[in-house]
Amino acid sequence: MEELYLITAIAGRAVAMPSERVDSVVDLGSIVPVPAAPRHVCGLAALRSRVVTVIDAAIALGATGQAETGRAVVVTVGGHLYALLVDRLDDVAPFSVAPLPDGVRLDPAWARAARGVIDRDGEAVLVIDPAALIDSAPIVSSVESPRTIAA
Amino acid sequence: MDDLIQEFIAETRETLDALSGEIVAWEIEPNDRARLDAIFRFVHTVKGSCGFLDLPRLARLSHAAEDGLQAVREGTRVPDSHFVDAVLAIVDRIGELTEAIDQGRSLDDSDDENLIRAINGAAPVAAEVVGPANDRGKLPARSVRLGVELLDRMMGGMSDLVLVRNELARRVRDAGAAPEIEAALDRLSTTVAELRDTVTRTRMQRIESLFSALPRMARDTAAELGKAVTLVIEGGDVELDREMIEMIRDPLAHIIRNAIDHGIEPPGERTRLGKRENGRIRVCARQAGNQIEIIVSDDGRGIDTERLVRKLIDQGMLTPGEAARMTDAAKRELIFRPGVSTAAAVTQVSGRGVGMDVVRANVERIGGLVTLDSEAGQGLSVVICVPLTLSIISAISVCVNGQHFAIPRTAIEEIVAADNPLLHRDRIGSANVLRLRERSMPLVGLGDVLGIPAAGGGIIAVVSATEGSYALAADSIGDHEELVIKPAAPLVMSTGLYAGETLPDSGTPMLVLDVSGIARNAGLRFDRAARGDQEMEQIEAAEVDRRSILLFRGTDGIRRGIGLSLVDRIESPGHGAVSIVGGKPHVVLDGRVVPLAGVGDPNCEISVLRLHDGISTVAHAIDQALDIVEIEPTLAPPPERGVGILGIALIDGDPVEILDSYWLFAQQGQAPLADRRCALVADADGWMAGMLRPLIESAGYRVTMVASPDQADGPVVSLGEAPTVGVALRRDASPGGPDDRSVYRYDRDGLFAALEQLSANGGRG
Repeated sequence: MEELYLITAIAGRAVAMPSERVDSVVDLGSIVPVPAAPRHVCGLAALRSRVVTVIDAAIALGATGQAETGRAVVVTVGGHLYALLVDRLDDVAPFSVAPLPDGVRLDPAWARAARGVIDRDGEAVLVIDPAALIDSAPIVSSVESPRTIAA
Repeated sequence: MDDLIQEFIAETRETLDALSGEIVAWEIEPNDRARLDAIFRFVHTVKGSCGFLDLPRLARLSHAAEDGLQAVREGTRVPDSHFVDAVLAIVDRIGELTEAIDQGRSLDDSDDENLIRAINGAAPVAAEVVGPANDRGKLPARSVRLGVELLDRMMGGMSDLVLVRNELARRVRDAGAAPEIEAALDRLSTTVAELRDTVTRTRMQRIESLFSALPRMARDTAAELGKAVTLVIEGGDVELDREMIEMIRDPLAHIIRNAIDHGIEPPGERTRLGKRENGRIRVCARQAGNQIEIIVSDDGRGIDTERLVRKLIDQGMLTPGEAARMTDAAKRELIFRPGVSTAAAVTQVSGRGVGMDVVRANVERIGGLVTLDSEAGQGLSVVICVPLTLSIISAISVCVNGQHFAIPRTAIEEIVAADNPLLHRDRIGSANVLRLRERSMPLVGLGDVLGIPAAGGGIIAVVSATEGSYALAADSIGDHEELVIKPAAPLVMSTGLYAGETLPDSGTPMLVLDVSGIARNAGLRFDRAARGDQEMEQIEAAEVDRRSILLFRGTDGIRRGIGLSLVDRIESPGHGAVSIVGGKPHVVLDGRVVPLAGVGDPNCEISVLRLHDGISTVAHAIDQALDIVEIEPTLAPPPERGVGILGIALIDGDPVEILDSYWLFAQQGQAPLADRRCALVADADGWMAGMLRPLIESAGYRVTMVASPDQADGPVVSLGEAPTVGVALRRDASPGGPDDRSVYRYDRDGLFAALEQLSANGGRG
């Protein structure tokens, strides 16, 4: 069965998110940092009259690169709004999702978010669950914790 | 009363909706304890509400169902299908009756007896036809119940509007637009501000609205139990989110009923114990840091922990071994267990152990806490603590490394400049300690806790956390604002440093600091008991020597100070709130007209200091609040006496005028109401009662109506006759003769002048 997917790029790689999980796609203004928060929390931004928590999707997936476009995918998790910073937005199109090919092993951060793959014009694109990027504190610590780097 | 019944109907309807699933499930599995408890709580709540709403039919039905269910809870009765049917029939009937009350129609009550008999185990009897039901009919609702979500959306839209207004204002200013455009923008700003106030108020309610039903309930409950209770209510003007108020309505009622039933002893016993015959229950609300606290304290017998433990052991809910290991506090906590009661007898009111567990469940559901403070024989205090989130709070922002953070105003004891000569910073081992006057306290750098570089502490805020006070250093101080605090995302809250997030008018999100969390994070350890009274004495002694002064910039741009103890609040009444009434400037605060001092141009945007001397309120216009400082009690005398300046203080090397608040109240304040009494002699047309009374009352007089001037014992006003005492009013505009000392009845100034003179002469003119 085909469903709509939003194709974006995170940490230089194409990634698909189920579009029903996505509230909107925005360009964020200034971001106010949240001191002492986990490293993948960039800060807070105002989205009209609401405050969104901005997540650097690349860091949440264990990459080091910082997305600097201000372009973000807004999702609601547990009643809170989050903006996931992404490299770019490509497309929204219907696809049918397939399980990961046998034997493929992902990094823990990617594995936790992965929900399958879709075939986009012959290119395999990983489907991720945006909620997994938000609640990724254990993954960040298992990959590289900012505190241990500082120490 | 109408409101209460409407509340009751809405509440019952909602609970029934929520309960319908439970009921079905319970029907299938009658031994399910959790579902049984849910249904039991429902009928118990209905019974409690009916008791004071005077709905005897509902009370009888719910009491019967409660008895039956209690028997099942105690295990003395098996919930067979016959019993389940009977309970369901009663729950249905409660629903029907509630709807009937709402629509104001009556419902045949012939079957009620049958339902009650059925639940008591008897076979149903054929219904007899009895007279029509006598439940009182009600008018349809006059109020509208709205979902909080709708209010949230309204609030969201409102905030958007404010942000757009701000941006528009900025652009208009930058572009140097024509005066007409600026005037239109001004009008827009005024409307937006008013609208925002209104929308904000839709979510906020004074806790008064929760407290107003309590005296009646306490009286009725006490009367039913043959006890005498005096209920004292304080802090009714604390504001709380409407949703929060709804959530604590039931818990509060339960706590007060419990206090009267279990806490307060019967009058005879109280006399024997040497207590006042009237039990005293004090209900007090206050905002404490990030929390709203509601304290219900009684002077009754407190919790008899030994008896409670014995009873639990008897019921098999506790083993003697467990009991022996428990601390006193843990034993007290036992009253929160479901099914526990210390009452010897089951009464109409309570004593079934439902209550405290429901109380705790309801309060914890909104993120609150219920704590106990009991002393056997001396009384019990129950403290309900609910979080500030969802509430609007007054906050001050501090700045570190260019980023602003909000601190609730109530958590701040004072703010001092870091280079204030009164401050001493010491390093004790690895810890920083701040000595301010006679107090020593831990010093925490906000930047250090947050892990961001700080410029080195330009200001120091003394903040009080739940555990104790400490000093928090930041770069600078920002604005004072009213903020809507929302809980931040779990990722942010889990840092333990923040109480929430907010979007101020600037449009840039701001984090709200949790001062208790920061203390924990900084590793501060407070030991309340160790501090003891000694420090309190020191503080009190220090307070005698020094005075806290609020520094502000007046509307004329000059820096002045005023004694902090009288400053109730700083408010921004907004554009156009200042008006000239009777030749003097006034400002509208909380729907009341308050005399305003210190105002220059009434059209300027101002803030006001709200001063309160316990009886009257006076406002003083300011441009901006600057700082709170301590000064020496001895001031240099003012150049001139009697102009409202108490003296000159030296602050940061500059002379600053300190306002004489005594003079301010003497000039502006209305005389205390108690001193101004006046009796009106009723006339046949009702003119005195209808026209004159409101006028005189609005001038601050306490008015009584009397039939003849002789019955009055103070200033008296009469119409049309020639009284021997007091003010006589006449119907004709022109005086009756040269000796006529009467006042034309529409001559307002003349009337008040005569009244004033009369009051001054001790009543009889």
